[in-house]
Amino acid sequence: MAETTLTHIGQTEPRPAGWQGIAADWSSDQRAFKNVSWGKAMMWIFLLSDTFIFGCFLLSYMTARMSTRVPWPNPSEVFALHIGGSNVPLILIAIMTFVLISSSGTMAMAVNFGYRRDRRKTAILMLLTALLGATFVGMQAFEWTKLITEGVRPWGNPWGAAQFGSTFFMITGFHGTHVTIGVIFLIIVARKVWRGDYDTGRPGFFTSRKGHYESVEIMGLYWHFVDLVWVFIFAFFYLW
Amino acid sequence: MAEATANGLGQHHLNAGHAQDAATAGVAPAEVHQEHPIKLYLVVWAWLFVLSACSYMVDYFGLQGYLRWSLILIFMMLKAGLIVAVFMHMAWERLALTYAIILPPILVLVFVAMMVLEADYTLLTRVTFFGGGP
Repeated sequence: MAETTLTHIGQTEPRPAGWQGIAADWSSDQRAFKNVSWGKAMMWIFLLSDTFIFGCFLLSYMTARMSTRVPWPNPSEVFALHIGGSNVPLILIAIMTFVLISSSGTMAMAVNFGYRRDRRKTAILMLLTALLGATFVGMQAFEWTKLITEGVRPWGNPWGAAQFGSTFFMITGFHGTHVTIGVIFLIIVARKVWRGDYDTGRPGFFTSRKGHYESVEIMGLYWHFVDLVWVFIFAFFYLW
Repeated sequence: MAEATANGLGQHHLNAGHAQDAATAGVAPAEVHQEHPIKLYLVVWAWLFVLSACSYMVDYFGLQGYLRWSLILIFMMLKAGLIVAVFMHMAWERLALTYAIILPPILVLVFVAMMVLEADYTLLTRVTFFGGGP
């Protein structure tokens, strides 16, 4: 029912001529994604552009690895941890993967409770998501420290192809930045939920517009995307 | 098929965001559809754990060659699909949005093909001029 009204609005509007018509066509009432709100559509389009950025990073990594004459360092050994007298391959990366997937799960639950207007549970789950995200960044910092002390630099490393360091720092660094930004925004949105901003219609500090619980879902889209990117980094960089 | 579910859940999400719209449009109250998804999220969450464990096992048991690469790709695509379809609600979105978002990244595969050719050529020239190589 909401769909038909929206389509209807778009068709009956009279259009002004000339430049004003062009401006009107590009500014309002033109909705390709009928029942998708503006905020959600824009977040998806941002995520699409981000997909291309990470796609280009992974592509340059692929090109560097395929075109080098020097053998590529074995990630299984490079990222192994010495636990209980033996080397466990990739264990830190595996734990990081599970931490990030758990945070994605708590985020999905937060979105669900947000639509049920359960402010307390939504805020707690979002803060839990932020905590797991911060844990992930902390483990990444540990991993970077370990590799840097072992002599990995963007221009070389002790085990093989020099491009290993540059692609590693570039890809995981950019992903870690995304997680960090996500943690900050999770805390901001969780505070708004906790305070009841979306129930009372309190204007936002930046846009001065009323928010609603869909903000939690849009925040969730970003967070799941960060998890999604990690799936590809895990497969191509660490496992390949 | 997808449209039918979209009316059930996707639209329901939108209307839940604007309570007054839901009231005027006469859509069923928010509680009706929200009981099922929680279980769905938990099931997907569990599957993501299992799939992650599987892809870790590929490395742990040191599988090599085509078996390793195909398993990595299969587990990766399954995980990505579950996250996008259920966690990001793409399964219940309008097809116009789904296609607008899902199709462009597939074109990256063309870029991949181009860079594979380029990388092969670079390696060839490096081996020719500097000798040695893998």
